[in-house]
Amino acid sequence: MERILEVTDLHVTFTTYGGTVQAVRGVNFHLDRGETLAIVGESGCGKSVTSNAIMRLIPDPPGKITKGNIIFKGQDLTAYSEKKMRAIRGVDISMIFQDPMTALNPTLTIGTQLMEGLKEHKKITGAQAKQKAVEMMDLVGIPNPEERLKQYPHQFSGGMRQRIVIAIALICDPDLLIADEPTTALDVTIQAQILELFSTIQERTGVSIILITHDLGVVAKIADRIIVMYAGKIIESGSKRDIFYRPEHPYTQGLLNSVPRLDAKEELKPIAGTPPDLFSPPKGCPFTARCPFAMEVCDKVYPVSERISDSHQVDCWLQDERAKRLMAAEVLQT
Amino acid sequence: MKHMLKYILKRLLIMVITLWVIITLTFILMINIPGSPFNSDQSSNETVQANLEAHYNLDQPYYIQYLLYIKSIVTFDFGPSIKQPNQTVNDLLSRGFPISFELGIITIVLAVISGILVGIIAALRHNGFLDYLTMGIAVLGISIPNFILATLLIQQLAVNLEIFPTATWRSPAHMVLPVLALATGPMAIIARLTRSTMLEVLTQDYIKMAKAKGLSPWKVIFKHALRNALMPVVTIMGTLFAGILTGTFVIEQIFAIPGMGRYFVESINQRDYPVIMGTTVFYSAFLIIMLFIVDVVYGILDPRIKMHQKGGK
Repeated sequence: MERILEVTDLHVTFTTYGGTVQAVRGVNFHLDRGETLAIVGESGCGKSVTSNAIMRLIPDPPGKITKGNIIFKGQDLTAYSEKKMRAIRGVDISMIFQDPMTALNPTLTIGTQLMEGLKEHKKITGAQAKQKAVEMMDLVGIPNPEERLKQYPHQFSGGMRQRIVIAIALICDPDLLIADEPTTALDVTIQAQILELFSTIQERTGVSIILITHDLGVVAKIADRIIVMYAGKIIESGSKRDIFYRPEHPYTQGLLNSVPRLDAKEELKPIAGTPPDLFSPPKGCPFTARCPFAMEVCDKVYPVSERISDSHQVDCWLQDERAKRLMAAEVLQT
Repeated sequence: MKHMLKYILKRLLIMVITLWVIITLTFILMINIPGSPFNSDQSSNETVQANLEAHYNLDQPYYIQYLLYIKSIVTFDFGPSIKQPNQTVNDLLSRGFPISFELGIITIVLAVISGILVGIIAALRHNGFLDYLTMGIAVLGISIPNFILATLLIQQLAVNLEIFPTATWRSPAHMVLPVLALATGPMAIIARLTRSTMLEVLTQDYIKMAKAKGLSPWKVIFKHALRNALMPVVTIMGTLFAGILTGTFVIEQIFAIPGMGRYFVESINQRDYPVIMGTTVFYSAFLIIMLFIVDVVYGILDPRIKMHQKGGK
């Protein structure tokens, strides 16, 4: 499989009046062609910052990639100039935003917004651009594309707008699509339709997708692999099976326990507490304060990544042999 | 199209009513100011005065006078000036207005273009040196009355450095100082407004989306951001234009520009009734039309504002 993206030791900080926020603190992951990778985690865990970093769309100042590499198709994007980056954006890597109500410019027609990326990057005649736009509208399932190209965003429903946003993102046939909470702002039936659309598009175009979400239902539906982020770090990663059936990190377990289930009789178990302040992130595991299994060491030293299987990896002291022995001993005693 | 026509007709009707209210109020104010056009003429005795009043229909009851005024407005013939012999109000208007209009238009074009540009630059350099510098100057521009600025400009640029002529309205060089004096205030207001709306628009998702498409900064700003940022700016432009066009009086006085402003104020001082009515009606009509144009531009800029529809998103 062709490796599309390799992110190594990515660090992103934001300098504010209050100090420096360490939003992303050493993130490693990779993505193959045609694969869907989900990044999950609660608000402020650094998932959106990571995706913006790949697009190099972090506002600088105050944001800055302080360390690490983003290797896209063999090229390190962190070394790219802004101009070179512009040739990548929208062409090789595209992005879909959370809220389709605000992602489209209210004063320009859908056609203009669809075709402008194409016209910017490819040598193409107006007629060809229009033909491609109609094709894309067809692909994302918007009826009467010819007519609707002339309309403005306010003449479309939320679900339709998200389809248009997806069409805009895909019009230059990118290799990588970053979808930042693409279904969060939509109601459930529309969510399902949009997720369906993602699958169809991936089948047809072979695009790799990074899906950023806090909705585990969405993840279960379309992701191949899952990364769980917490306080700017990846605390667990694995295949969909690994994460859903054998979650090892207490945080991942907590996330899964806080998903409402139709068949469950028990009450939802939210994770108590709040994530740490990233102005001065803790030295040890950032989840310690909220972790029901926290040990003394957790607060002091960050755990080494433990490889559970080829696909499954977790950063947690509970995986340490000594912890396992000790726990067993404790259980025997009681 | 039918809706559009209906809308325009409705607006025209409202404009006529507005104008009528202005005319009526002006008339009431006018007859209530003490004095008459002939008071200051020491030579005239009572008979002469009575004859003069009869000549200008001032001996008639107020309602007749009022109807006569309305008639003069409908026929757009304001009759002769009382104080400027052998000149009709229309003569004064057709002589003064082109000059005032020229001054006003140059000022507006300068204020709008430079104001918007400065606003954009300040927004893009948010919290940077250029932002603080331009906004600092803008605050000065808003605070300093234009007649103070005018005298300062004359003293420095015309008297001390002798770069520009001090007064009158003959060549482009003559226009520089009055236009500068008049444009600074509106320019500063537009710059500040553009900056703040631009800052707001730049944080919108569709701007991020435009960047994510790989568009050049130029296109992101002028195609995606500016159009949305201009909405509030267009809103205040109607009143700003009115301010410029009517506020020219002081500037016209200082620079001895033979525009309309002079007749406007002199007519009030001299109780030159036909001229008061003529200039007021003219200014009001002009202003009302400007506001109408602003509304139309609004609809063009933002497709969500449909002039013929009620509500809706």
